[in-house]
Amino acid sequence: MIVSRVTALGRVGWEFCQRIGQSGFFLSSVIIRRPKFSQVFELFSEQLYRVGVLSLVIVMMSAMFIGMVVALQGYNTLQKFGAEQELGQLLALSVVRELGPVITALLFAGRAGSALTAEIGLMRATQQLDCMDMMAVDPLWRVIAPRFWAGVISMPILAALFNITAIFGGQLVGVHWLGVDSGTFWSNMQAAVEFRGDVLNGIIKSVVFGFVITWVAVYQGYFSEPNSAGISRATTKTVVYSSLLTLALDFVLTAMMMGGW
Amino acid sequence: MAKRTMEFIVGLFMLAGLAALVLLAFKVSGLTKVGNGDTYIITAEFDNIGGLKVRAPVAIGGVRIGQVENIALDKNNFRAVVTMRIENKFNNLPDDSSASIFTQGILGSNYISVVPGFEPESLKAGEAIETTHSALILENLIGQLIYSMKSDGNQVTTDKKK
Repeated sequence: MIVSRVTALGRVGWEFCQRIGQSGFFLSSVIIRRPKFSQVFELFSEQLYRVGVLSLVIVMMSAMFIGMVVALQGYNTLQKFGAEQELGQLLALSVVRELGPVITALLFAGRAGSALTAEIGLMRATQQLDCMDMMAVDPLWRVIAPRFWAGVISMPILAALFNITAIFGGQLVGVHWLGVDSGTFWSNMQAAVEFRGDVLNGIIKSVVFGFVITWVAVYQGYFSEPNSAGISRATTKTVVYSSLLTLALDFVLTAMMMGGW
Repeated sequence: MAKRTMEFIVGLFMLAGLAALVLLAFKVSGLTKVGNGDTYIITAEFDNIGGLKVRAPVAIGGVRIGQVENIALDKNNFRAVVTMRIENKFNNLPDDSSASIFTQGILGSNYISVVPGFEPESLKAGEAIETTHSALILENLIGQLIYSMKSDGNQVTTDKKK
């Protein structure tokens, strides 16, 4: 009884390690694969459209509301200390450093990551990937690589757009509704935000998140069980794993960046 | 959707991302002031600059006229040398203007407030503001307060003894 429990536990650990190793090999083979640029360009731009452009609406809508709510909450608290002129600084720093990359990543995992997994998983289940292999078309560069790179590239673009939309949303609430002076709003923000230390580090974070999310999504799709339950499980796993990884990596990256790395 | 339209939209998307980054650089983190031609530099020596930081505003009567460019320590007399970059349209600051370091609000950051003097001669680029008042350090103030309270108390007790 106990022995069988221990055996089961060991098998879970074994499978876990094996999946991680498998995903590492998978990632390296996707990255190393370097087909002719002219061949992939069309596939790549199509994926950029589907992964990046179609995520734009949800990202910018959420950015607008998040900027507005941060401005509203911040104003109410800062007002108690008579420091409402620092609203711009509060808004810009919290959006550019944390909220921008992290919330964009979470939305991206839900909007684009799950779609990638489901699509590739269905290709696996309907044996389209095997067919490609039979026709001597490598599915790794025909299907996986364009999706992977589209995810990695569109994530920082989405995060930058999120940042700017959130800041203008917050400016709308803070300056136009709550009556913070426009000049102090912007000049305090500009005095507090550093381009390299704050803006660029946020963008670096979003590149890392994009990399991890699309890696998880593409891997889960490619190695999903080839049936409908398997696809649904893989999609769930993509969203859960990539959200958890995003939050955990955010902590690690913030610690590294604060440490002056 | 036609391939050309899609590629056009993707190009637009990437350009929008680039534009957002540029906007973040100039509007949010204020990189515009770097290497601007129509500014000039003046310096001022302070005994204590408190929490003054590079890029803090320099203002006259609360109106921003420039920013702090550099903060250094003079090795010879151990005073802080603050270099300020002032916009060229304010090139008529009187020679005997004074500079002080104030705090915006209670929790705010420090800034330099310039009070114009009365000399007809104006400050040239590279010249120094002679009259300066250092930042008020809260700990010093509290220390002085406690000290004066103590000495007051001592006086009272000595008075009683008498």
